[in-house]
Amino acid sequence: MSGSILFAAIVFLAGAIICVPIAKRFGLSSVLGYLLAGILIGPYILGFVGDEGQDILHFAEFGVVMMLFLIGLEIEPKSFWQMRKTIIGMGGAQVLGTMIVSYLLFTYIGFDWKVSLIISMAVSLSSTAITLQTIKENGLMNTTYGASSFSILLFQDIIVIVMLAIIPLLTDTQKTAIDDNHADHIYLLENLPLGFQALAIFLSVVTVVVAGRYFFVPMLQLVAKTRLRELLSASALLIVIALAYLMELVGLSPALGAFLGGVVLATSEFKHELESNLEPFKGLLLGLFFMAVGASINFIVIGDNPLMISGLVVAVIVVKALILFLVAAIFKLKADQRLLLTIGLAQIGEFAFVLLSFAYQLNILDRVELDMMLVVTALTMTLTPILGIINERLILPRVGTKKAEARQVDHIAKTHKVILIGFGHFGSAVGRFLRSYGIEATILDNDSNRVDLLRKMGFEVYYGDATRLDLLESAGIAEAKILISAIDNSDNVIHLTKMVKEKYPNVKLMLRAKNRYDAYDLLNMGVEDVYRESLETSVKMAGDALNHLGFRKYTIYRQAQKFIQYDEEGLRRMADKPTTTDEYIFKAREEIRQQEEQLEKDLKRGIIEFDNHWDSEQMRAAHKVPKQ
Amino acid sequence: MKRILILFAHPKFEQSRANKALVKMIENKEGVTFHDLYERYPDFNIDIISEKKLLAKHDVIVWHHPFYWYSCPPLLKQWMDVVLEFGWAYGPNGKALHSKKCLNVITTGGTRAVYCSEGSNQYSVNEFLRPFEQTAKLCGMEYLPPFTVMGTHNLSDQELEKYTFQYQKLICELQEHLPFGEIKNCEFLNDTPQLNKVVSK
Repeated sequence: MSGSILFAAIVFLAGAIICVPIAKRFGLSSVLGYLLAGILIGPYILGFVGDEGQDILHFAEFGVVMMLFLIGLEIEPKSFWQMRKTIIGMGGAQVLGTMIVSYLLFTYIGFDWKVSLIISMAVSLSSTAITLQTIKENGLMNTTYGASSFSILLFQDIIVIVMLAIIPLLTDTQKTAIDDNHADHIYLLENLPLGFQALAIFLSVVTVVVAGRYFFVPMLQLVAKTRLRELLSASALLIVIALAYLMELVGLSPALGAFLGGVVLATSEFKHELESNLEPFKGLLLGLFFMAVGASINFIVIGDNPLMISGLVVAVIVVKALILFLVAAIFKLKADQRLLLTIGLAQIGEFAFVLLSFAYQLNILDRVELDMMLVVTALTMTLTPILGIINERLILPRVGTKKAEARQVDHIAKTHKVILIGFGHFGSAVGRFLRSYGIEATILDNDSNRVDLLRKMGFEVYYGDATRLDLLESAGIAEAKILISAIDNSDNVIHLTKMVKEKYPNVKLMLRAKNRYDAYDLLNMGVEDVYRESLETSVKMAGDALNHLGFRKYTIYRQAQKFIQYDEEGLRRMADKPTTTDEYIFKAREEIRQQEEQLEKDLKRGIIEFDNHWDSEQMRAAHKVPKQ
Repeated sequence: MKRILILFAHPKFEQSRANKALVKMIENKEGVTFHDLYERYPDFNIDIISEKKLLAKHDVIVWHHPFYWYSCPPLLKQWMDVVLEFGWAYGPNGKALHSKKCLNVITTGGTRAVYCSEGSNQYSVNEFLRPFEQTAKLCGMEYLPPFTVMGTHNLSDQELEKYTFQYQKLICELQEHLPFGEIKNCEFLNDTPQLNKVVSK
């Protein structure tokens, strides 16, 4: 089926929309849903998708790149540096161990040593897309299992570069038809000496770090000033694509470049904004990637050689699982974490598609071997999520400690109990006073200049439009106790209030209201803590004026408090009355009417009554005794 | 000349006839610092450091206040609570106030006659002032008998005027002739010969 793009889009989207909810309904991960959808729409069942499946796979691999960028965003450079031992240790042990065992296995089966070497390389790599997506979905990123998986996958991302460099050395028939067949590898440095290649790679990594800090951040600040949300999305996409392109140019893994870029930007004020902008793209592309994997499973190859294929699938999974289990044991992971890791990474990953196709183009593998291994790869990718579920449902409950271990200790981005929106004149006073109590609020502000300045002053401030639920969620509203809104735009406050009241009714809302009329609206929405920005200040000003006229400060102080209390009570009384109409002109008239009502009440109350206690006049009158 | 600090605490000063008259006599006197606590700290947020500096600059501390419920108004108590710190005013190293003189100047609605075992208030003013006396002693200060203006509800203008002259004279005596007379035997400083003389004039 090679109809229009639109038709293909309909097929993929519909496949996802039908299969993923079904998978979710049965408690399976979305990855499995996508894979099954891919198989379903693929050439062997419904036949909607044919050969273009492979192209889509290449395109959709970009989802993996985005995912790594997003993961990078959540890892601050410091944490990354702390992980270096795990990355090299666990990753190295896993890759080397798996390669040795599978090389022996495949030569034993009877493959040529070169073919065995290529296959063992492919087998040693796991699927970043499947593993990390599953880990994130289960919220296990901050467990030892999550961190270990991530370290190993990161090492694989690095080592694949070496592998791609070695493969051409295995061919005797000098690079003949390579470049013609392989259009997606624009390998600029191919003809340069090795030293230059290394230098170029090093320079490009430096470029990523420097560009992240001194080019992307200013660019985002510039874009932020336009206050156009779609431009921020465009910038986010541009950054990721540019990183990926640069990496491909020098022959590095685009995913690795994106990850680095993410780490560099993790400390910038745009972290949350980038996250929420890229999240939907990443999700869609990854879904597409999984479906393409499903669609690429060649059932004819399976049908031709069912025993061989199933034998290989089992062998690969067992070998990988065994090595992973050993590595996890060496690095002293707890039993349940060890099991999760063992099964989680026991598949062949998407890099295998690249490696194997590359080797095929270099005539190291033949067509049959390639097809066979591609099928094995796709099958292991499909099977491990299923094994994961079996592990989770049947084995882990017996092993124990999982629940306690699964508790999230979010050391990466500490979530605070208070979220403060808006750090202008009003919000900054709120934030500073909270800080003086050691309460560090998570601050959201949409003025990038201010965000930048405040970050320099050591505040934790993030850039973004707080009326977006996804941004609030990445700021941790789910765990927040109090949400303080210090923004002055009444419409935004109302929008925010509606949204939070609906989605997170347990979060305490404390809102700044511009004036009493905004306060009415907020009170009527059921918010208790509404703070009019001008009330206390204007009363204080009047009090100081009275003091200049000669009235005593303490008396003024008490009266001012009474006045504020009276005004607050009046406000709440008036708010209960339903507003007659929403039309602006009527609203203005209504405001005048209310002001009139207020002034009349003040008048009726007359001049403030003084406190009665210790009233000398009264006591004198009571004690009046006839003069002697 | 001794320097005198008058710590004046009256939440309703604007309505107090007796205190307005008394304060008027002494507030601008040379060598006297009149410190109006309720005007300075309407929100009870006392500036401890500046209060300590002020105390250090004076030799005689006067707690001038109306007698509310047999004690002082709350801001003066707050002042004592936060300013007279351990390790500064009292305790092993608390010697900041040592050898200063201290006294209460109070106004009461009831007459002297009701402040005795037979009267409606059962106890004498001196007995009610024990906490102040002991506070001063613990801070190493010499506590003098109080100067009292009693029965303010029924005070005639002439009587009140006498009291204001007495107050003025008291301040002079404290400035110039400390220690004056046989004060130890007096219930109130009003009873000392020096002040009695003023009245009889």
